[in-house]
Amino acid sequence: MSGERKRHVIPGEVITSGSYRAEQNTIQVGDNIVSTIVGLSDVHDGSVRVIPLTGGYLPKDDDLVIGKISSHSSLSWTADINSCYVGMLPASDVFGRDYSSSSDDMTAKLAKGDLIAARIVNADMTRDPLITISGRELGKIDSGELVKISPNKVPRLIGKRGSMIQMIESSTNSQVTIGQNGLLVVSSEDPNGLLKAIQAIELIEEQAHVANLTDQVNEMLESKSE
Amino acid sequence: MGGRDTDIVLLDENGIRCDGRKVNETRKVTIKAGVLKNANGSAYIEFGDNKILVGVYGPRDVHPKHMSDTDTGILRCRYHMAPFSVGERKNPAPSRREVEISKVIKEALEPAVMLKEFPRTAVDVYMEVLQADGGTRCAALTGASVALADAGIPMRDLVAGCAAGKAADAVILDVNNEEDQAGQADLPIGYMPNLKKITLLQLDGVLTPEEYKQCIEIGIDGCNQVYEIQKKALQDKFFASGEKQ
Repeated sequence: MSGERKRHVIPGEVITSGSYRAEQNTIQVGDNIVSTIVGLSDVHDGSVRVIPLTGGYLPKDDDLVIGKISSHSSLSWTADINSCYVGMLPASDVFGRDYSSSSDDMTAKLAKGDLIAARIVNADMTRDPLITISGRELGKIDSGELVKISPNKVPRLIGKRGSMIQMIESSTNSQVTIGQNGLLVVSSEDPNGLLKAIQAIELIEEQAHVANLTDQVNEMLESKSE
Repeated sequence: MGGRDTDIVLLDENGIRCDGRKVNETRKVTIKAGVLKNANGSAYIEFGDNKILVGVYGPRDVHPKHMSDTDTGILRCRYHMAPFSVGERKNPAPSRREVEISKVIKEALEPAVMLKEFPRTAVDVYMEVLQADGGTRCAALTGASVALADAGIPMRDLVAGCAAGKAADAVILDVNNEEDQAGQADLPIGYMPNLKKITLLQLDGVLTPEEYKQCIEIGIDGCNQVYEIQKKALQDKFFASGEKQ
């Protein structure tokens, strides 16, 4: 049940009034729920939120992100995660608890410029977000094509319960690792499949606001499959 | 300002001003959002003959580090006039006046932006006046709030700016350069139309309490007109190319 139709809103615009919960990107002013950002309003089961159309990535706990190692100290790496904050990857996360800065060579594991798939462990904003690369599907990325899209368009790329991305993956024979921060790594055995997957992603990025996007992408994927 | 001697007729017998406007009419305002590729958000505003370009960066790392605040993000504004923005070449070094306007615009935007969500970061607003014709602080403020919205900075409301004033003993809306130089008073207003709150209020000149009330009234009316144009600029950028979902 999606309740009311989605509406285009700008900061300061009243979305609805009455007894609703003000969630993501909204505030309550008196009786009114007001948007704080340019986006699409979504009234759903008594709560109101706005899906942003612009803005950067803010780290959230448990997000999968793709980062690029930017530097390291004796105890941790820092990774650029396409946000106003840098990701902190402690050395003990890679070497285990008996890590010692004198015996272990950090650059042997991860050097500057390396890409990693990481999960955000702690993003409480009091310090830079802590990330980890131990876990399934996490770690250093050795191959694939890096594609950058707007972080706001990531949910659109994934689609409802992953429908959109599954469609792209299966019809182009490729694997796409999606970082919530808008960085993606596309890899495929087949160079044509790789190119087509990237084209499809670029199409979604451009046309994210259009309603029947799934059909368009499907059409595009099929038209060039001969 | 008591009003300087001038040959210009500020208000003729039919109630028409020196640039052909009525007393309660603003100049033509056009705003375009998202004009710069390298800034996170941007806007270009033409407010009569004023032409101002605004770029917004951030939230981003604060440099110098000591300026950062662990509780909230900070807002930094720079209002600057290009050397060719006025008749005589303007020295590009920041003048006293520019420092003041940067400060008042920052304080006019602060009630609107919500930077608590981005501690230890800064949002930088750069306003570049390309051509000036009186009322640049209101125009720059108007453009800056569109650029902030374009950058995706959360805001309680947009801030619209418009001046009211007094020239030739009449209360007028949107004071232009001639009226500012030769008129009797200039009252720039920054206003949040949905929250109905004033965030910028300055007065240069002398007004009676009655005139002051009138100025505020028509000034807010002007801000509401400017707000509609701001709204349209954002809608044109974000919602024009596709149908609603």
